Amino acid sequence: MEHLLWLIPACPLAGFLILTLTGKSMPPAWVAIIGAGMVSLSAIFTIIIGIDFLTFPPASGHHSQTLWTWMEVADFHPKITLYLDALSLVFIFVITFIGALIHLYSVAFMAFDKDYSRFFACMNLFVFSMLLLVLADNLLLLYLGWEGVGLCSYLLIGFWYEHSENGYAARKAFIITRIGDTAMAIGIFVIFYQFGTLLIPDILAKAPSLWHPGASMATITALLLLAGGLGKSAQLPFQTWLPDAMAGPSPVSALIHAATMVTAGVYLIARMHVIFELSPTVQLIVAGIGAATLFIAGFSALTQYDLKRVLAYSTISQIGYMFLALGLGAWTAAIFHFMIHAFFKALLFLAAGAVIDALNHEHNMSKMGGLKNKLPVVFWTFVIGSASLIALPLISSGFYSKDQILWFAWASKNGNPLLWLIAFLGAFITALYTTRMVILTFWGATKTEVQRLPGKLITIPLIILAFFTICAGFIELPHNFGSLTLFSDFLHQVLPETVLKSTANGEFSFQLLAALATFGGIYTAYILWHKQPERIEKLKRNEAVLLLYSFWHAGWGFDQLYKTVIVRPVVFLANINKNDVVDKIYQGITLVSIGLYRCLSFTQSGSLRWYIMGLVVGAIIILGIQIIL
Amino acid sequence: MILIWLIGLLMGGGLLAFLVGQWNKTLPRWISLYTLIIGFIALISFWVEHYAAINIGSTDSWMIDFQQDWIPSFGISFHLAIDGLSLLLLMLTFFLGILAVLCSWKEITEHLGFYHFNLLWILAGISGVFMAMDLFLFYFFWEIMLIPMYFLIGIWGSKNREYAAYKFFIFTQVSGLLMFISILALYFIHAQNTGRYTFNYFELLGTVIAPQTAFWLMMGFMIAFAVKLPVVPFHSWLPDAHSEAPTAGSLILAGLLLKTGAYGILRFVLPLFPEIAKTYAPCAMLLGVIGIIYGAILAFSQTDLKRLIAYTSVSHMGFVILGIFAFNELAFQGVVMQLLTHAISTGALFIMAGMLKERLHTREIDEMGGLWFQMPKMGAIAVLFAMASLGLPGLGNFVAEFLILLGAFKSNMWLTVLATIGLIFSAIYSLRMIQKVFHGPIPASAPFSDFSWREVFIMAVLTISIIWLGLYPQPIINTARPMIKQMEQLFPTEFKNQP
Repeated sequence: MEHLLWLIPACPLAGFLILTLTGKSMPPAWVAIIGAGMVSLSAIFTIIIGIDFLTFPPASGHHSQTLWTWMEVADFHPKITLYLDALSLVFIFVITFIGALIHLYSVAFMAFDKDYSRFFACMNLFVFSMLLLVLADNLLLLYLGWEGVGLCSYLLIGFWYEHSENGYAARKAFIITRIGDTAMAIGIFVIFYQFGTLLIPDILAKAPSLWHPGASMATITALLLLAGGLGKSAQLPFQTWLPDAMAGPSPVSALIHAATMVTAGVYLIARMHVIFELSPTVQLIVAGIGAATLFIAGFSALTQYDLKRVLAYSTISQIGYMFLALGLGAWTAAIFHFMIHAFFKALLFLAAGAVIDALNHEHNMSKMGGLKNKLPVVFWTFVIGSASLIALPLISSGFYSKDQILWFAWASKNGNPLLWLIAFLGAFITALYTTRMVILTFWGATKTEVQRLPGKLITIPLIILAFFTICAGFIELPHNFGSLTLFSDFLHQVLPETVLKSTANGEFSFQLLAALATFGGIYTAYILWHKQPERIEKLKRNEAVLLLYSFWHAGWGFDQLYKTVIVRPVVFLANINKNDVVDKIYQGITLVSIGLYRCLSFTQSGSLRWYIMGLVVGAIIILGIQIIL
Repeated sequence: MILIWLIGLLMGGGLLAFLVGQWNKTLPRWISLYTLIIGFIALISFWVEHYAAINIGSTDSWMIDFQQDWIPSFGISFHLAIDGLSLLLLMLTFFLGILAVLCSWKEITEHLGFYHFNLLWILAGISGVFMAMDLFLFYFFWEIMLIPMYFLIGIWGSKNREYAAYKFFIFTQVSGLLMFISILALYFIHAQNTGRYTFNYFELLGTVIAPQTAFWLMMGFMIAFAVKLPVVPFHSWLPDAHSEAPTAGSLILAGLLLKTGAYGILRFVLPLFPEIAKTYAPCAMLLGVIGIIYGAILAFSQTDLKRLIAYTSVSHMGFVILGIFAFNELAFQGVVMQLLTHAISTGALFIMAGMLKERLHTREIDEMGGLWFQMPKMGAIAVLFAMASLGLPGLGNFVAEFLILLGAFKSNMWLTVLATIGLIFSAIYSLRMIQKVFHGPIPASAPFSDFSWREVFIMAVLTISIIWLGLYPQPIINTARPMIKQMEQLFPTEFKNQP
């Protein structure tokens, strides 16, 4: 079956090519069939190959398929080779399966858009790029997918190009992630000269013998790769592009936040885990950045009124949990949380899209409310997604994935109480803002009437996603109840086990604490935004609270900081030099020549008196010089 | 023999177009189109025929050598020869030549015969530059490509054409004279050493020159090539010439004329003065990095579309200088790729700028915006080439820039890191260009037509080329390899793959 591997990325690529070349003249039904069909086909191939992989595990732990040699210069010869192992299998499953559901949903959601075919073309390319990223066997091919993902995010965030602010958001996403990418490119150069190859399996095999733990080269390389990951995954200090990225249509947000793009950084670090393990410093930085990001983004989510912005900040925050797990060396926990997050975040974005569409493009939660009876399917699926986001104990899959991370923050070898505390507080804030979001959107008085009800093509993907959001958690249960480790066992083919501290115990009490944080958050939100909203009003009258509120609302001032420190000076310098200061030198030469010419031509006046005068003055000067000398 | 035949074809075609142009208003187009197509097919079949031989990796990188005495008393001969690099650049010359004729099909309506005469003679000059192996002959062709270009800008250019034409002429002429002085000095030093007066490239190669003198001789060559390339701070003729020239003129300037500078450095500066080149390599690389970043920042602030694209050329040519003076196989291959891919991507952007000007009668991007709605095809292609220009993997420019940076990283890590930062700036200006032209509010003005079939053909050819070069550049790499292996003999220590 592994010879079919190439079909997985080829299907969406074919969809992209067909739609780009002929989409304009195609009837919309055909566009939908090709656009959604190609990704579904890719999902089917993934499932076939996945089943094959699980039933007949390859002896080497991976399949690989070389398509052609990209280029061959001296001893640099990257190939176009697809590489499937347990880690990439999890990723391609999430990408194609959730991608297909999002495409299906888009068939109805985008039906009235004038650029129907362009939308599906870009979505297909997005899925293709992401598939290439996770299937690449060398860093150069990975970089191709990596940049392709950036391009597609640019195209789709700026999909409604008539509004300049969408274009701004699109460029912001591309440029900020490109800064990380550039660091990553430098990392690739370093790796090439250290290892003499860009082949990922070779690098991972050679690294431990080349670098001793804590070697400075390992630290530099890991930092450069990390910068790439931080950019794509919207972590500190690159997180500012993601909240603006919701300028695109809702299915795009679902795709960016769940199946593609922002998880690329998580994949990169998990894939290159050997290099990160060789540098404890960078591991600590990864964990620290993850913790800081989840904390900061949580507070920002709390203050937003735009439904999609809340979700965007919650993504940043949840990816923060994944980075925390990566930094702790809890590799499988990070990937598990990635998968669970993909399900519930896709669900939440699609459900939010359905709400926004039903309310005629109303994003503002303060103008929503009372929708729980009017949009029952959307409501229930949204609640299921939210339950997973806040990690509702036992019944939600988010509990099983997040609880692992909290436990490892305390108990793993790299863990420490501070990281645990931040993650714990983060869980509380998550519960707080999520419950607030659900209450504001679905409870209370109706403020905007429902204009149209979502159709079957919109609700069915929601129901499927809700099903997986509930069930996917049960494949990995904690040690103290169930102790099922299907998922981590599978991934341990590729990723090392998490090392626990020898003193670690009391997992149960930590689970209890986590549950307490969740319920505490729900209860507080219930009191503040439903039961006694006057408390919020009272808080809002407090000067300090308001200041803090606007600070959090503006994403902790990062945008403002970058604008003043980087963007404005660069634009200012560029603009004052618009006419190129170097050219002034040449213009100066021209001006001097013209001036000299004028002076000299002035002497040639044709008037005899002046000539005689000149002769006389000249003679006097020459005589004078002779006399003096 | 094919070499002299190619030049004859171009010059003859030009004369014919000029004569026919006296009494027919459309025929010159067809004449120059057919002339170029014949030449292009001849070159492609030559390439296909010799491709297997290149791959075997013979020690001699030269494919054909044609020599005929011209002025024997001064040791001047009509000496043409090509290796892989010349062949690639010759194919590029004819390829872009065809596109240049096609893109001026509607744009140029006045003095058609003379226009095509100039066009073909520029191409003849460029082809000669890529083949000449006699320094006097080289200088002769160097001047031939200059004068018709002067007319092309000065007669068919836009508003400020005379200023631009003068500026172009003076910059290239002055720097060309410096090179001529160097050539003469080399000629006499060689005669002093051996008693033989000759301009033959192969004989002059091993000339022993005192380092002090060699430095000044190299500077003579280097300045001429640096002005053409252009290297900051000699770039300031370029935005004026590019923006005022007609579309075909910009295409040829960006696609071919700049390449003669890079070719000159590879063919003459490095082989003639390898030691001096090694000594000053860090300076040259620094200038390259300055060019990359300075050009990009200037491109960002421009409001004239063609000026913007022109400054991106400055930035991209910075990579060429960086790669040449890195002295290793990766970087050299990257340079050859960059010469081709930059010609295609920037050429495509200039052609589109020309198409926009035909429709909107302006080059100011502040007066554009929202054009995607009316011209989605052009928008899509523009995004593709903007992406090529910012180095998106999968497109040719990425292969070129990646190889250059990877190679340069070995010879000078910190400068390469700075150059890599240029990739961020290229993203900024490319996306700004797309935003200003194609995105934004849809204009209420009269509808503009999207691509015509002729334009679709031009852009399709360019699109296929840039994707091909991005995904399977091996034929180019193989063709350039023998010449790069020759370079290895000049810089053996630098080539060794020790980090």
